[in-house]
Amino acid sequence: MKHILLGDEAIAQGAIDAGLSGVYAYPGTPSTEITEYIQGVVSRQPSAVSGQSIFCQWATNEKTAMEAALGMTYAGKRALVCMKHVGMNVCADAFVNSAITGVNGGLVVVAADDPSMHSSQNEQDSRFYAKFALIPCFEPSNQQEAYDMTRQAFDLSEKLRVPILMRVTTRMAHSRAMVNTTDAPRPQNNRSLPANPQHFILLPAFAKRNYADLLAQQPEFVRLSEECGNNSYTKGTNPKRAIVACGIAYNYMQESGVANGASILKITHYPLPVTLINRMVADGVEEILVAEEGQPVVEELLRGLVPSNITIRGRLTGDLPRMGELSPDCFVQAKSQETKAKSDLILPGRPPSMCQGCGHRDMYTALNEVAREYPEPRIFGDIGCYTLGALSPFHAIHACVEMGASITMAKGAADAGQYPSVAVIGDSTFTHSGMTGLLDCANCNADVVVLISDNLTTGMTGGQDSAGTGKLERICMAMGIPEEHVRVVVPLAKNMDEMKQVIREEINYHGTSVVIARRECIQTLKRKARK
Amino acid sequence: MKNDIILAGVGGQGILSIATVIGQAALAEGWYLKQAEVHGMSQRGGEVQSHLRISTEPIWSDLIPQGQADIILSLEPLEALRYVPWLAKNGCVVTSSVPFRNIDNYPDIEQVYAAIRKCPKHILIDTDALVKEINAPVQAANMVLLGAAIPMLGVEPEIVKAGLEKVFARKSEAIVETNIRALEAGYAYACKNL
Repeated sequence: MKHILLGDEAIAQGAIDAGLSGVYAYPGTPSTEITEYIQGVVSRQPSAVSGQSIFCQWATNEKTAMEAALGMTYAGKRALVCMKHVGMNVCADAFVNSAITGVNGGLVVVAADDPSMHSSQNEQDSRFYAKFALIPCFEPSNQQEAYDMTRQAFDLSEKLRVPILMRVTTRMAHSRAMVNTTDAPRPQNNRSLPANPQHFILLPAFAKRNYADLLAQQPEFVRLSEECGNNSYTKGTNPKRAIVACGIAYNYMQESGVANGASILKITHYPLPVTLINRMVADGVEEILVAEEGQPVVEELLRGLVPSNITIRGRLTGDLPRMGELSPDCFVQAKSQETKAKSDLILPGRPPSMCQGCGHRDMYTALNEVAREYPEPRIFGDIGCYTLGALSPFHAIHACVEMGASITMAKGAADAGQYPSVAVIGDSTFTHSGMTGLLDCANCNADVVVLISDNLTTGMTGGQDSAGTGKLERICMAMGIPEEHVRVVVPLAKNMDEMKQVIREEINYHGTSVVIARRECIQTLKRKARK
Repeated sequence: MKNDIILAGVGGQGILSIATVIGQAALAEGWYLKQAEVHGMSQRGGEVQSHLRISTEPIWSDLIPQGQADIILSLEPLEALRYVPWLAKNGCVVTSSVPFRNIDNYPDIEQVYAAIRKCPKHILIDTDALVKEINAPVQAANMVLLGAAIPMLGVEPEIVKAGLEKVFARKSEAIVETNIRALEAGYAYACKNL
């Protein structure tokens, strides 16, 4: 059957057709649509997906997602884990060790990288994680490959008994194209426990054995990348030049016409196919251009694989931009500068902003006014729509680093004598990674105000369920915050005086306190009203 | 036959619905399609753009190279100008003339119009006035704009209409009917003013 699918949706459909039993994920751009697609399919036909339901409820964070998926594969079924690139940092412990335990049912981990930082704080390249964990990595170059390779990844995972990392980037995740899907989806696995239970017990004595097994598998991983057809080498009419093109960069390279007779080595499967590289060398290559999205992973590796008299160009040498996503224009920069049109009017940027009527706005208005009453207040922000409070007109926050850092950075600053030290964090980010930090605060009664801006949803990624909805006060009290210092306000203009008074009182209290500013996200509210 | 289209606007204006309707039409014609969208943070009142490519031949890149877009289709005049470097020499700018002012330094609107008029082929269309004329809600502005682009699309109006019906069928008959009227009004405007 033919469908128009986003890259994310192609991965989701591929996983369903591979006999998936569970998807585990925390929302994060550009990965969110994978899980949402599966949730959509399951809600339309609860048990008709290969005869059985698929578990598809959002996880609290990427680490709980990764661990639950590992548990599902322990029980013999196929699991998919999806996250944005920085989610890999959150689940890294579970991810790296899942290569040591190995898997029982198939396990595919999707990391959606965001070069150009469209919706992220860095450009880290998840291919490093696959290399770090010593497992194969797939990087499809188009939506059809995303579908086909997801199914293949489950096969390979079960065959090799290791997880497979599927790396995509924003353009692949969020671009639509026609995808042919199978008429014969595979049924889910039956439950089956591991043949060797010691494999999942990473005591040093057992882990050493597993690690030695994983190392012994490495030549097999290379052989598969050479022979399974995902990587291909085409000798050009001018084999002195070659282009090594990885994932979606292959399409940009083809579109640009830069090849012009050069040999082409297309890479969508790692570790690198050494025999194909050797063939390129044997054909007399003198100059190689490496086209890869993200960081110069292949460009660096190639330097150790080809003779040193061969020139290697790419992002490290500045022949392609060192940062930002690639495009067809990167390959023909000089030419396009001459011919492209330009408007002579200076165009102001239009940065994103919080919605009109959003509760975060009222929260920041109150916080800013109270903060001004103190000589040197510091507000530690976090990841979410409310990060936009850093921009005009609020200029309200002084830091934003990663999920949950608001609370612990506010604590560390308070430990150093900063006062007032305030954390601003959303409800979903709080349950993702803020709760443990709050426990640290409570255990030493740090002089910190934690302002939870609770819009009852995971807003920035489009309104997914938030893990702590209805439980926040009880969570905070259970962490050890006294009941009288867990305050709830409704962020509306008419409540401004009350909000300011509550924030002021809690700043003046020299211990850990929590102020919950709670009002539903106006986007989810609008959506409900339409239904 | 190929058509590279840059869709532009401000987050929330509805450029993705335009892309979906054109996508349906391309599917009905048996064409190839690639459409790169923007999701996530920049949706919130910021500049948004989508690269839509339809072709009778297979398409490599999800992104349109600069200097190659056949159409810039924009729901906002300033946003149309942002993508002029992508416009082909004989490409056409089809844009709403209604400014969306959510920034302090929005330029003088007459300068914006003047810059658009410098593009060799352009259609400036007052989508607000047009939807009022046909008694449709302001949300139908995106279909007015799509209607105005039909002469450049290389797809028969009837096929675009059928695509629209399919995309909006999930909603109500009344919504389909309103959007068809919007599409036709835009098409008529373009035929008169091109």
